[in-house]
Amino acid sequence: MPLIQMREALRQAMSEEMRRDPNVFLMGEEVAYYDGAYKVSQGMLAEFGPDRVVDTPISENGFAGLGVGAAMAGMRPIIEFMTWNFSLVAYDQIINSAARIYQMSAGTYKMPMVFRGANGHAENLGSQHSTAVDSLYAHFPGLKVVSPSTPYDAKGLLKSAIRDDNPVIFLESELMYGFKGEVPEEEYLIPIGKADIKRDGTDLVIVCWGKHVHTCLRAAEELAKQGISALVLDLRTIRPLDHEALFAAVAKTHRVVVVQEGFPYAGVGAEIIARIQESCFDLLDGPIVRVTNRDVPQPYATNLEKLVIITAERVIDAALTVVGRK
Amino acid sequence: MTSDQAEPTLPSSSLPPIKRDGLLALFRQMLLIRRVEELAARAYTQRKILGFCHLYIGQESVAVGAAAACIPEDHWVTGYREHGQAMAKGVSARALMAELYGKATGASHGLGGSMHIFDASVNFMGGYGIVGAHVPLAAGVAWGLKQRKTGGVAVCFFGDGAAHQGAFFEALCLAQLYSLPVVFICENNYYAMGTSIDRQSYLTDMSLRGRGVGMVHEQFQAFDVEVVRDRVGAAVEWARSGKGPVILEAVTYRFRGHSMSDPAKYRKEGELEQKKLTDPLLITEHRLRDTFAVTDAELEALRAGVDAEAEDAVQFAEESPIPDPSRLYDYIYAPNGS
Repeated sequence: MPLIQMREALRQAMSEEMRRDPNVFLMGEEVAYYDGAYKVSQGMLAEFGPDRVVDTPISENGFAGLGVGAAMAGMRPIIEFMTWNFSLVAYDQIINSAARIYQMSAGTYKMPMVFRGANGHAENLGSQHSTAVDSLYAHFPGLKVVSPSTPYDAKGLLKSAIRDDNPVIFLESELMYGFKGEVPEEEYLIPIGKADIKRDGTDLVIVCWGKHVHTCLRAAEELAKQGISALVLDLRTIRPLDHEALFAAVAKTHRVVVVQEGFPYAGVGAEIIARIQESCFDLLDGPIVRVTNRDVPQPYATNLEKLVIITAERVIDAALTVVGRK
Repeated sequence: MTSDQAEPTLPSSSLPPIKRDGLLALFRQMLLIRRVEELAARAYTQRKILGFCHLYIGQESVAVGAAAACIPEDHWVTGYREHGQAMAKGVSARALMAELYGKATGASHGLGGSMHIFDASVNFMGGYGIVGAHVPLAAGVAWGLKQRKTGGVAVCFFGDGAAHQGAFFEALCLAQLYSLPVVFICENNYYAMGTSIDRQSYLTDMSLRGRGVGMVHEQFQAFDVEVVRDRVGAAVEWARSGKGPVILEAVTYRFRGHSMSDPAKYRKEGELEQKKLTDPLLITEHRLRDTFAVTDAELEALRAGVDAEAEDAVQFAEESPIPDPSRLYDYIYAPNGS
């Protein structure tokens, strides 16, 4: 199987879907002549031309809304945010328009579109370029929220997202664009709403998604050396949540760590924990522990940044706590 | 374009002059919108219509004149004061009234309400409640109509208040940059809620917002439905021919308050009475009588028919079922492949 980068997997997903369906188009800042700020769309302009790989002015509110209207008129837009931080300028279009038109029109107008881009912190990007928006979008019915961790998952999920008749928030990571993984040459899809066990285990489940799946896999490796068997459950989709896989992992391990990038307050992690205690409280052998960013805006200095973000050490610490070894 | 290029202007429309039957039909449509809204106001005071209810009374010539200039393939997107546009585009009085009543037979099955009327069968793409936020949607609709080579034009209505939002300005920039087939129609009714045009803007002609992005722009007095038909006709012809978007300001006036709860005490003394002299219904009635010799008897018959249709809409709404609670979650996500 070819070993390719995450950015290539994303590009393959978009290109294959654009060949398959003439209504699919990519729009965003620097996606065409610049080849994408992170080179995700490299070469796509040459293949598909400027009507389908479309550079925009710096006006996220405007082009996100344009995408919504185009979806109502029968297109399947992929709207790229250079980073999800900039989506906050377009938040109204995503929440008040994209997430709601299908319902407030009683099913008259579907919203087949994808918003995608780099999410969360990278390195030393400071306060305004490091936001993890997972919880900001997962809050709203009408949206689906997907966050892949491998090139294989990214390609299969993005293809499903483009074919989905609902607005899909697709969260990538600058730190992962160069991450390599095996991706088959033949076509495949991965359904939205299905979690994946990235490492099996028996002593506890670490619930995670996106780039921190790798943080958690490193932690699990270290825990194994200490005789602790951690199941790493990659949710892959934050909304709709794969309750079946989640509760099965809880039933198997009885101890839970939830790892969520971003702030703890009112976060997706809190929601997952609420659902576990509502549905399988009796299966738990102890309190669930959450690992999130520290509850402060991202500082610039490297030493302070490292204090704020999620590390394998913090995940290990949480795991030791839930198994009673700390 | 660069600053030394001359600004293009909008030519006359190529629509033929309107004839007797045509003008009677436009008059009837304006009157029906007026009557339906008067009955909606009555139902609101009876607490049969709830929430927000923004009336279009006084502005009927804009929606009806615009509809007379459009073809069925043209798609309309508008704000929250949209009863008139919905009916002008083809939403029935029954479907509109039932939606205001929150009934299952409403245009949006009771899920939308006064501000969110939709009907794909007549390409009415909705009323929206976040001021100005729907203007980029219209640019996107135009994008889709252009790419899919439908021959349709997007028409976007909004008020003078919306012309201060960033979303509005971004939409103008994008529409002009991509040369999209969209006509932006600012209905300047003098008030953004309770703030008069001269208290909310240094420029009081909102079509001039188009100048900064190189867009063809024009302001016109919109109390005469025939004038609206001609100017919107010229604009949709321009957009349909591939020349790009147009922004119009239709100068109009809102006879009622911002919403049903607003007594509109902020108006200058005598202003409303003065503006009622240019009531679109009066202007067109005079034209019907003076130019086309329409008789009292004909007008009485027409009024009786309109009254019956409006009352029928109320009765339909009254007798319609409320939404089925078991369908509460039906429209959160579209089933794929539907």
